[in-house]
Amino acid sequence: MVRIEIGKDMPKAYIDGNEIELNPGERLNGIQAAARAGIEIPHYCWHPGLSVVGSCRMCLVETGTRDAESGRVIMLPKLMPACNTPVKDGTVLVTNSEKVARARAMVEEDLLLRHPIDCSICDKAGECYLQDYHFQYGQGERRAEIRPFTSRKRDLGDVTLFVDRCVMCSRCVRFTREISGTSELLVIHRGAREEIDVLPEQPLNNPLSGNVVDLCPVGALADKDFLYKQRVWYLRRSAGVCTLCATGCSIWVEQNQDRVYRIKPRENPAVNQWWICNAGRYAYPRVHDPKRLRGVVRRKGDSQVPLDWNVFLRDIPEQLRAAGKLALVLSPFLTVEEAYLACQWIRRLDAAAEIVVGPIPREGDDQRFAGGFVISAEKCPNRLGVEEIASHFRPNGPSYAQWLEAAGKGEFEGIWVAGGYVRPWIDESAAACMRRARLLVVQDLFPSPLSDAADYVLAAAAFAETEGSYVNARHRLQTARRAVRPPLGNRPCGPLFWELLGRTGLYDPRRVLSDIAAEITYFSAASGEIPDVGIDLRVDRLAEVAPQQGTA
Amino acid sequence: MDDYQPVLLANVGVEDSHRRAVYEARGGYAALRRVLRECTPAQVAEAVRSSGLRGRGGAGFPTGLKWSFLPADHPGPVYMCVNADESEPGTFCNRVLMEHDPHQVLEGTILSCYATRASTAYIYLRYEYPLSLRRLQQAVDECYEAGYLGKKILGSDFCLDIYIHRGAAAYICGEETGLIESLEGKRAWPRIKPPFPAVEGLFRKPTVVNNVETLACVRHILERGPEWFRSLGTPPDPNQSQDPGSFGPKLYCVSGHVQRPGCYEGPLGVPCRVIIDNWAGGVREGRKVKAVVPGGLSTGLLTADELDVPMDFTGPVKAGCLGLGTAGLIVMDETCSLIDFLYNSCRFFAHESCGQCTPCREGTSWSLRIMERIKAGGGRLKDLDLLLEIADGMGIIPGTTICGLADGAAWPIKNAIRKFRPEFEEYIRRTNPRGYLATHPVPAGHGPVMPRLENTQSQSRASDGRNLPAEAAGSAPWRKTLPLA
Repeated sequence: MVRIEIGKDMPKAYIDGNEIELNPGERLNGIQAAARAGIEIPHYCWHPGLSVVGSCRMCLVETGTRDAESGRVIMLPKLMPACNTPVKDGTVLVTNSEKVARARAMVEEDLLLRHPIDCSICDKAGECYLQDYHFQYGQGERRAEIRPFTSRKRDLGDVTLFVDRCVMCSRCVRFTREISGTSELLVIHRGAREEIDVLPEQPLNNPLSGNVVDLCPVGALADKDFLYKQRVWYLRRSAGVCTLCATGCSIWVEQNQDRVYRIKPRENPAVNQWWICNAGRYAYPRVHDPKRLRGVVRRKGDSQVPLDWNVFLRDIPEQLRAAGKLALVLSPFLTVEEAYLACQWIRRLDAAAEIVVGPIPREGDDQRFAGGFVISAEKCPNRLGVEEIASHFRPNGPSYAQWLEAAGKGEFEGIWVAGGYVRPWIDESAAACMRRARLLVVQDLFPSPLSDAADYVLAAAAFAETEGSYVNARHRLQTARRAVRPPLGNRPCGPLFWELLGRTGLYDPRRVLSDIAAEITYFSAASGEIPDVGIDLRVDRLAEVAPQQGTA
Repeated sequence: MDDYQPVLLANVGVEDSHRRAVYEARGGYAALRRVLRECTPAQVAEAVRSSGLRGRGGAGFPTGLKWSFLPADHPGPVYMCVNADESEPGTFCNRVLMEHDPHQVLEGTILSCYATRASTAYIYLRYEYPLSLRRLQQAVDECYEAGYLGKKILGSDFCLDIYIHRGAAAYICGEETGLIESLEGKRAWPRIKPPFPAVEGLFRKPTVVNNVETLACVRHILERGPEWFRSLGTPPDPNQSQDPGSFGPKLYCVSGHVQRPGCYEGPLGVPCRVIIDNWAGGVREGRKVKAVVPGGLSTGLLTADELDVPMDFTGPVKAGCLGLGTAGLIVMDETCSLIDFLYNSCRFFAHESCGQCTPCREGTSWSLRIMERIKAGGGRLKDLDLLLEIADGMGIIPGTTICGLADGAAWPIKNAIRKFRPEFEEYIRRTNPRGYLATHPVPAGHGPVMPRLENTQSQSRASDGRNLPAEAAGSAPWRKTLPLA
């Protein structure tokens, strides 16, 4: 067993006079080590998820070593790129000297020589490295007489390239080679005429291509979907979890006035690292789909009439109780908290109510990429979580197919289908089986044969509108925050069951999760605060938040 | 020095010097036979280390030290790359070796591979050297026939294959790691170091990259011994602890405005003036030297007053140049415009910058834009300071970029403006007397035509203008000259 001595034997590095401690065996470069000391070293080409090329020269710093015995510091005469400087015991970095400042100003000036300063029409303005660094490290005066600028656009396939904005950091090229493994992007020409391009007939077209837009430190690579839609400084973002597959990528949902404009990956070393797939990235328009169900409707004869929520909430417990034997179908798109509350409520109405997890959507096989990124074949976010909840309330329950057969024989008088599916999931025959019940309540996002047949249709909330936790395929529980409010009249499952259970105050998923953690062994690790990167439920402890992976 | 006998060029001029039979008849492959019979690889490496051989490709890194960086007990393959991508302007000595004495290069390569335990060598040959390609390939084929290459060479356990790879016709492919990338089939973007090629090079395996002339020297070190090698050249400067000295023979390429341009051999440390006056026959048409590029374009400029610097690894540095470089001298006489020179230099480096590092990619192109404008008559005096600042920003030894191209691009700018500033100022004052800035940069065309002197004098003149005796040129027995084709 390795004993780790805390104290004076810890390896130490010195950054601008600040002492930072290094964990044994830790491999940090200068940029990462400086970030630990709270010092930002500007950089373009370096990205923690990609190989180091050290070509932008923005992160040049003075480096040296400090002799532990004598305390003497010997500095190298040459400026070194911090991205390629391994920080070891006794490493000294100086990032605030005159020499460093001059080198940075020179790089900034160089990069702006031929850059068309079209920030006013550039999507990246506001989150552009070139802009930020220029204000921070650049110089006020423009000495180059190179004009006029050109501003050329090039269609690369999934994204648009604004050729002249490029700073040739080559992040996108490395991404397609190392992470997606598709190698569509390449550099053509030489020297100052260099450009990013694709080969003829081989456009940038892969399931991860959207990431190159996030990687681009300037506005050269533009998302065709987001282009000219919104200035980034109007956007507010909240931490979410992608619900498109069982990988459960951490995402940022960026919205302005309850309209989602863009989804971006949120760094999570334990799940998706820095990437998300295009399916997740471009899934948000569904949230604002005009075809979505609205409010609550009740069937009267052959037609469905809108109903007041209060009337529904008043009548439904009695009606379900009166119906007789009940069944609850849980969608694998529900959060853990919603599934738990739904089970609690249905069991309160009928202690013997059947609980079953709805069909698990699967498509093909897992898609694995060169950089280790996986798009799961299981196209739902929370199968594990919902199954655990269901089996807690109904151990050794039937499978969905068995249950559907039973339902077709008319074994259940009242059926509640909780939570929506993001895509059509039910066919006529299944709907007909469920229709045998005397009372059928369906919560869903989109009209389906089932909602047509239901007695009550409740409009559910989409992924950006719900708050709660999901358990991904690797047993990692992550909490998504609500980004936008659901359309008027739609109620997320959580608050709905919260109210039906008669609990007071506002819906508090945090409290529900604590209850779950106390009650169900599988979730016991989730009793405390859930970090942004989530927790691994298989180990009975808070997941170690991986050491600062970088500040990409 | 006059009794110096050529070593590297000994076979040049002999009929069919590129054939194995001729090479063997003149003592070739004897060193290889002896070494494979008598020496261990470590002894060969030790001989090279103790000889003080420094890389002839330009940087002058001690070859023995470079070899010693190879991991001692690496289980996998070690690669040898022969850098034959000679593309520094003003340099053609490797070409002479490869065209006229390819077996000498191969023998040195085989010996070096033996010393470094490399079982595969790649000769990365400059694309524009078709004759070298033919002769080298013929020589390699002859070596396989004679058992100098292949399995179990000359009955020993040593195996070696040599492949000739024709380069990608770019200057940057001659940079050590750019060459490796290019050899791997990629874009020749130099790699960031560390890891150095000796640890992780070609195909991520330990790799040695050596220049053609360096390897040719290895052959002679093993034939004549390290002591012989150390007897030539300049010993270390006792005042400089870092200086390992400059030993051995060196090929000097002289081009430009001299009577007899060509490739000459002498020991390291020959004064620049001797090379120009005694060997190359002085400046053409009876003119005087104005400036000399000492060792390939990257190294900067010597003025006429600085021609007494010894051409060793430290000499040109003392005169403010980048270094000895490749010892490719370009002599410019008084009719040559430094504005034209600098414009041409900037154009070359802007064209050849690989475009990876920001300071080099943008700095070279920016300096070219400024030089275009100055040359076209739109310069301002403050442009000179700006040029100097750009040059200092991209090439301060040690430089700010991954490879040395930026340093090489910066040095001609720094030297030309710092040493010849009056000429630049005079030109700017004359062409743009009011100092206005043109709204649009004037496209670069041909600059003002410099007056051309009539060739009235057949008299050879030394670099300082004094007349040379008629028979001064061509009298020394060790001088070898080749037509520039």
